[in-house]
This record gives sequence, C-alpha cells and structure tokens, in this order.
Amino acid sequence: MNVALAKTTTGAVLDGTFAAARGRLPGVGTVAETRQQAFDDFARTGLPTRRIEEWKYTDLRNLLRDVAPLAPAPDQAALAQAAKLVETLGTGDTQKLVIVDGVFAAGLSDLTSGGGVTVHALSAMLDDATSATRADLLRSRIVDPMIALNAAFATDGMLIDIADDAAPARPLHIVHVATRPSVAAFTRSLVRIGNRARVTLVESFVATESAKAYQAHDAVVIWIGDDSDLQHVRVMEDAGDAANIATAIVTVGARTKFNTFSLTTGGGVSRYQSFITLAGVDSELSTNSVHLLRDKQHGDCTFVIEHAAPNCLSRELFRAVLDDRAHSVFQGRINVHQIAQKTDGKMMSRALLLSDEAEIDNKPELEIFADDVQCGHGATIGALDDSLLFYLRARGLPEKAAQALLIQAFVGEALESIVNDDLRDVAISAAERWLESRA
Amino acid sequence: MTALLEVKDLQVRVEDREILHGLTMTVNGGEVHAIMGPNGSGKSTLSHVIAGKPGYEVTGGEILFKGEDLLEMEPDERAAKGVFLAFQYPVEIPGVTTMNFLRTAVNAQRKARGESEYLVPDFLRKVREVAASLNIPMDMLKRGVNVGFSGGEKKRNEVLQMALFQPSLCILDEMDSGLDIDALRVAADGVNALRSPDRAMVVITHYQRLLNYIVPDHVHVMSKGRVVKSGGKELALELEESGYAQYEDAAA
Repeated sequence: MNVALAKTTTGAVLDGTFAAARGRLPGVGTVAETRQQAFDDFARTGLPTRRIEEWKYTDLRNLLRDVAPLAPAPDQAALAQAAKLVETLGTGDTQKLVIVDGVFAAGLSDLTSGGGVTVHALSAMLDDATSATRADLLRSRIVDPMIALNAAFATDGMLIDIADDAAPARPLHIVHVATRPSVAAFTRSLVRIGNRARVTLVESFVATESAKAYQAHDAVVIWIGDDSDLQHVRVMEDAGDAANIATAIVTVGARTKFNTFSLTTGGGVSRYQSFITLAGVDSELSTNSVHLLRDKQHGDCTFVIEHAAPNCLSRELFRAVLDDRAHSVFQGRINVHQIAQKTDGKMMSRALLLSDEAEIDNKPELEIFADDVQCGHGATIGALDDSLLFYLRARGLPEKAAQALLIQAFVGEALESIVNDDLRDVAISAAERWLESRA
Repeated sequence: MTALLEVKDLQVRVEDREILHGLTMTVNGGEVHAIMGPNGSGKSTLSHVIAGKPGYEVTGGEILFKGEDLLEMEPDERAAKGVFLAFQYPVEIPGVTTMNFLRTAVNAQRKARGESEYLVPDFLRKVREVAASLNIPMDMLKRGVNVGFSGGEKKRNEVLQMALFQPSLCILDEMDSGLDIDALRVAADGVNALRSPDRAMVVITHYQRLLNYIVPDHVHVMSKGRVVKSGGKELALELEESGYAQYEDAAA
C-alpha cells in the first residue's frame, strides 16, 4: 500500500519536472516519443527501492528522495569556473570533451576528428532530423528504472566513433563538471569502436566549489568490435553531498581485451552499474574498482557480466576502504550462457574497515548454464593490522602516514591494473587526495 | 655527561600481569650492552617499551633518552630522535615496496627533525652502497617489504634500515633467532660496522653465540623482570657454562 502511495507521489512530482524540462530536451519526433516512453517506464516504478532486488542495498527512494530539477544550461560564469577546474585535472595529454551541468561545452573541448576518430555532441545528433536512427541513441538493451530516467532526460553527452584499425595516440577523455547546487544533470554517451582498434577512454566527474547537493545521472553505452583493445579509466570525485547514478552498458566482440578501472572517492550517494556482455569468443575482461569512502557516503558498485560466447575470461577485483559511517555495496553477477563453454570467471571483493561503524554489503551471484566452466568468487573484510602499523611507526612514520601507506598498499593491486602511466598517476593522485584529506 | 639511555626502576604491566618489577640500567654512547636471560624474563618487553609498542602499561619508573622522557613520545617521535628497534620477527607488508618504505621512513624522520628530504639520487646511491655491503640484491628492494624474504634476509633488511637511519640507540631483539651461522655472520658484520663512539647498542639474546660476533662491553642477566647480575663480556661465557638456573633461583 505504501508502495503505491509513494509511487504516485514521486510520479506526480516527476511528471511536473518532466513537463517543465521537455522544452529544453533535444530531439523532436521519434526522439521525443522515445523519451516519453522511457519516462513512462520509469514512472511505473519510480526511484528504485530496496524491494527491487537489484537495488536492495541502494534504496534510492530513501537515499535521494526525489529527482532534482533539471540543471539550467551553463552561463559564461559557470563555463569559466569549469575551464579553471579542467586545467587542474592533471590527466596528461588527453583529448578532452567537457560537459558542464549536462551540456556539452564546445569551447572547453577538443573536437578534433581524424586518425579514425569522429566525435560529436549527442544533442546535435538527437536534433539531426535527417537521421532515421537518432532515437536509437536513447535506447538500450537493459531494463532498469534509472537507465530509463536517463533516456527520458538526457540533455547531452558524446557520440564517439572509432574506425577499424584506429589507434588514437591520445586517450579520449569525457569530463563531467558540476557547477550548480540542487539540480540534476542527465548525460549519455555512446562509444562505437570498430575492429582491430586500440583505444583508451577516460571519464572524470568533478565539481566546482559552488556545486552542492546536486545529482549527476550518466549512462555510457560502448560497443567494441573484434580483435580490439579498450582501456577504460573512470574517476569519480563528485562533491561529498552529491549523488552520482551511472550506468555503463558494454558489448565486447571476439578476441578483444576490455580493461576497466573505476575509483570512487566522491558523492554522498553513488552507484556505478556496469552491464558487460562478452559476445564474441576468446575475449578478456578485467574490472578493477576502488571505493574510498568516509563520513556517511554510500557507494554502490554493481557488475553484471554476461558470458555469452565460449572461451572468455573475466576477472573482477573490488577494493573498498571505508571510514566513519561509510557504506559500500559490491554486487557482482556472472551469467554464463549455455553456449559459453570454457568460461573462466572470477570475482574478489576485499574491504578494509577503518571504523567500527563502517559497513559493506557483498552480493556475489553466479548463474551457470554451461557445464565446462570455472567460476569463483571470494570476499574478505578486515581492519588495518596493528603489528604492521607499529612496525611503520617504529620506523618513523606518524600514525596517519602509516595508515595511509597501508591503505595505498591495499588498493595498490587495483591501481596497478591501469596500463597508461599518466592515467595511473591520475588515479593514484585522486587516492592520495583522499588520504591527505583524512589527516 | 648525560647518558644515552637511562632506565630507572621500570615497572611494566601487560593486562593484569606485571612483567618488569623495577628494572634499572644505564647505557652510554659507544657502549654495547647485552641483555641475556631465559624465556619470559622480560627482555623483549623491555625492548618493546623502549620502542613504544602499544599494549604495555608503565606503572612506575622512567626511561630517559638523552635526558628526555621517552615514555611521553609517540613511537615515530622516538624513531626520529634516534631510537631503533630491530624486530625479532620483522613483519611482511605486501603492496609496499621496500624501496618506497625506506624512502618514506627516512623522509618522515628527517621531516620530524626539521631536516630537508633526501634527494632521490642521493638516497638511491646510499641504499645501493649499504645494500651491497649486506649482500642484499637491489631487486629484493623492489619487492613488498619482507614479502617472501628468508629469515636471514629479513634480519639483513633490519640492519639495512639501521644503516640508513643512523640511529643513536639500536636495540637488537633476538637478532640470532632463526638464523644459521652464515646468515648470522653477515648480519653481525653489518651491526659491527655501525659501532661508533656516539652510538650505543643493546643486544637482546637468549644465547651466548651471538655475542661471539657482536662483542659486548657489558652483560646484564635478566630474570623474572629484573636485572639480577651485571658484568663484563666474560659473564656471557660464564652463563654458557652454568646456565640460567642459578639466577632464576636468585630472583625468586
């Protein structure tokens, strides 16, 4: 009964938000129809609650209450602030594509195409009435209320095409900047990678000091062809009272390597859900995720891996360092399809609890329909080892520095998975910023 | 002249049990003291309390280091002031390379003393030089601290740190445990190379064997939480003959 009531209330409020936003959302005709459909799909459930199994540990109706009103398009002042912040990212030489409060900022971005790389703003593509398939940009194969909400409201994002055999020298780098308080930004990016291509994709989420209690809703849809290699690094440093609800939907071809790393230090409430399908034979997937959380931060890392082709390998590594009353969630699901013989899938979650009140929920799920597979999962939870701490202190390290060194060691394995030196340094610096702010 | 280390009537408890019942000893710069005694006599407790290991309650007495109250200092402050404990069982720290650990520790100590950080090339040169003298291959230093090290390698790693940090007081807790004679000789040579007029060493050992390699100026026999006899290096040989039994009776 309460469910129905809550749904109606949230739905009604959101109806107003959607109606108010509609005029600003790019795309008419089929695009607008797709948005309406997506909104209706979302409105049927509203913000997910703990009663939806996939969202059991991240009850957004409780954690978010509402979807915030759509962020206004950035003005000159917001763009100037964003520009300043982007300069300090220190990510080395990347091709930056900057999105400010949900709107692509051409002036801060490098839209250079060439060498097999084509880059467009999503809004322009949605508005392109000559494209018969423009509404597909908002569709996805995963049914999930937050993905539907994202499709309904998406204002902008990037559409990146990488041709066969391309190997761009610079990583492509999508930077999300939030500058305003108490608003929501909805972004969606699509990355289509051909065969025999080698690509590095970076995503950063950052906020200026004026951005408080905002919401970032993001979706990234990636297709990787055969014999390709995608190195993906995501660093989320949103404001500590912000929400970041993000989805990645990835389809991996044959004989392809996909290595994805994510670091979450920001966000009061965050969820990063990845749906990865290994659709071609002999591919390798490696996921490395790190949560560094404190205060009352809630972070959720959810992976659904579909082994849909034979002889693929998947390795999932999750590390959480939790202080104060932080709460981390790791859900890892591996579905091995009947055809996917010789699957080798493993996941491992390790949590380091720095306080008595920190909390982690681990939910591994294996569903196996093939008979010749190796699958496994494991989880450990522990505190910092006192004997190691004393050893370091007896060698001159003050308490916080000794803790920091042990925490670095704990997350080191995941950080080391980043192949690109500059990007590894970026992740290490973000982790160091977190450690220094503890002191 | 102020003594380097003065332990006065030290009384220490662990939980409800008193381990040290009024221990007194004075160590001056340049001296090597050996503390011998049977298991459970309080030797390791003394070394832990000097280094500042948590879990020990000092219920009486004091420890002065260069005239300052050591018990008021955090373990890292003691290290920066020049106290070094070579652990009986050095811990393994996976994920922290020995090199990174050494540099972090040296710089933390220098920072605490208001000195500038070591420049990387200078530091590397110093480590290379010391490691070579201790027969420690450089690729061992790229591995996690003590991870996969043999007993002898772990002890050599302790001596390496001693040589880098240049402490004024070195406490060697059962350095000979788990070492064969060759490994012991290498470690002892490393320690002997560090003997100097302004540095003191306190060598804690159960057996006289170690003292053939690190020859002490003074020998103290501990039993049941007290020093029951002190003497010159000949006392160690005497003990080798007669055993600890007579002192256990004496302390009772």
